[in-house]
Amino acid sequence: MSQELIQQDPWASLKAFTTARIALGRTGTAIPLREVLNFRLAHAHARDAVYSALAVNALQEQLHSFYLPVLLLHSKAADRYEYLQRPDKGRQLDAESITALRAADEAFLQKDVVIILADGLSATAMNVHTQPLLEVLIPLLKGAGLSLAPICMVQQGRVASGDEVGDILQAKVTLMLIGERPGLSAADSMGAYITYGAKPGTTDEARNCISNIRQEGLQYEAAGRKILYLIQEALRLRLTGVGLKDNAGLLE
Amino acid sequence: MSYRHTFQHRTYEFRDLRTLLARATPFRSGDALAGLCADSAEERVAAQMALADVPLKTFLQELVIPYEQDEISRLIIDTHDVHAFAPVSHFTVGQFRDWLLSDQADTLTLQQLAPGISPEMVAAVSKLMRNQDLISVAKKCEVVTRFRNTIGLKGHLSVRLQPNHNTDDPKGIAASIVDGLLYGSGDAVIGINPATDSPQATITLLKMLDQLREQFEIPTQSCVLCHVTTALQIMQSAPVDLVFQSIGGTEQTNSSFGINLSLLQEAYEAGLSLQRGTVGNNLMYFETGQGSALSANAHGGVDQQTCEVRAYAVARKFSPLLVNTVVGFIGPEYLFDGKQIIRAALEDHFCGKLLGLPMGVDICYTNHAEADQDDMDNLLTLLGVAGVNFIMGVPGADDIMLNYQSTSFHDALYARKVLGLKPSPEFDQWLQRQGIMNQEGGLLPVGNTHHLLKYV
Repeated sequence: MSQELIQQDPWASLKAFTTARIALGRTGTAIPLREVLNFRLAHAHARDAVYSALAVNALQEQLHSFYLPVLLLHSKAADRYEYLQRPDKGRQLDAESITALRAADEAFLQKDVVIILADGLSATAMNVHTQPLLEVLIPLLKGAGLSLAPICMVQQGRVASGDEVGDILQAKVTLMLIGERPGLSAADSMGAYITYGAKPGTTDEARNCISNIRQEGLQYEAAGRKILYLIQEALRLRLTGVGLKDNAGLLE
Repeated sequence: MSYRHTFQHRTYEFRDLRTLLARATPFRSGDALAGLCADSAEERVAAQMALADVPLKTFLQELVIPYEQDEISRLIIDTHDVHAFAPVSHFTVGQFRDWLLSDQADTLTLQQLAPGISPEMVAAVSKLMRNQDLISVAKKCEVVTRFRNTIGLKGHLSVRLQPNHNTDDPKGIAASIVDGLLYGSGDAVIGINPATDSPQATITLLKMLDQLREQFEIPTQSCVLCHVTTALQIMQSAPVDLVFQSIGGTEQTNSSFGINLSLLQEAYEAGLSLQRGTVGNNLMYFETGQGSALSANAHGGVDQQTCEVRAYAVARKFSPLLVNTVVGFIGPEYLFDGKQIIRAALEDHFCGKLLGLPMGVDICYTNHAEADQDDMDNLLTLLGVAGVNFIMGVPGADDIMLNYQSTSFHDALYARKVLGLKPSPEFDQWLQRQGIMNQEGGLLPVGNTHHLLKYV
């Protein structure tokens, strides 16, 4: 690419103040090709993340190390296309999953916390961050004396799909770890949604959320401590959502 | 009242007007999600054929949401201008479509017609129209508004400079503003979506924008897109040019946004009392978008496009400077792909213009929609041809705060260049005085000593 074709912008120094795509330069009125391709690459990462799938076998393998049973569940959304067009289906578990949960051993019921993993809009995020985050988080939870239900993995799941899990297993707190909608700057952000006494029909204002969990964002140690704090507060106050957010002063 | 259409082998019946409108709507995922769309391609055309035969007067008698239930229904009926309606009052929806495309329906005729037609009439006719028709008729409309400059004149394309920053950092925002101004953007408004809706943060940003505008004598207006109640709260202590609000087409949708008509009226009057406009007094800035009513679970069985056009009845009550349909922001469960986004944008632009609104479009998509920059290029070109009043200008099309893709400053230059469009006249003069643009609209290389560069 010949640089003399490009009209450079003499304000590249302003890039120090923002990650916005400023001072791109131009050829005619067009964005220079190098910037066009950089943008396209970022969008490609985001698109690939949206259509990525949970690496179920590999994740199960990794989860062995936590000595917790793992339940494989699926939402009512059959595939990605349905997931994207029918959010209502992504929020509900399919009949087989409900049956499996109802058949769960009584020893797994009424625990303090159930950890749920769902692909959401970036299975990539889950494939990358589940193991390292849980390596921090599970010892923290156990160290705080909290009891844990089986880990549940929901394919084609949205945040609310965890409500049925929490309800059937009668868990006090539902922790949903889920792949967030990819942006151009990050395609592998994980979000954590904490809900006290979750049941079908729970709305978002009754949850607490921690977002941007990834290496370049909120790192595992910090994320694990925040999650522990919110879970302990939820158990103490017997609520999540607006009431908890006000008292915590933790969330950014 | 029910409506029907019979093909040789089958009769389709539609139990009321809102069902007929929904079934006649070109397919989009949001209507499927709401369970309102036609069950087959044939049923859709049957509905369109039945809709074509409905007299326009019917829309004043049979409301899609009852008068008693919804203040927007009451607004539509109570403000309907019978005199303006007279020239088309004998038409069916189908005849209205043919008339709109005829040479009789020229710019002046359409301007005079606007107060006489209701949102539902306009939604109905748009459902029968091809994309080409939506462009042809919209191009004949001209809606001009003024605050510190003149927006919407034929042959002009304005740009909202959208310098968002993920932490509202003033220097970060200033850097994007300077970038945009030096690329000729910012004549519609310099408008920030704040990362937080706190009054103090809003005041800080408004003061910064106002100081910048005054220092460089920029003939434009600024806005921090906070909730209307925040604007009302800070108006006496902060330089509020435009009053912003997201609006929807049902009373219940607006309740979910924390607003109603009387609150908007209060904000509008408070904005007027500040007397900050120099060449005009249009000061409301509204944003809309198909799907918001369904998203708020407040659609009342009305399809998303008809709900959208009803929001324009709310907008036109307050003589806005800008109405922006944020068409692809809401996500694929409402508009799945580039085809649906493009269709919806052309509908919104046409419907708003016909109702007399200064329509702009945020030509945009999210990463989970089946769309990309090529779709946005197509839509930008189509809307430029259709005469859209303004578009967004976002650095490199990548909004780092809202996490979606819109149009870039470069995109705006492209549209102006290939379609021969100019910025707002007052802003055009300013760009030339600043040595940013020449008389022909060509961008000039600015040196590293340009005084705007010393602002950050």
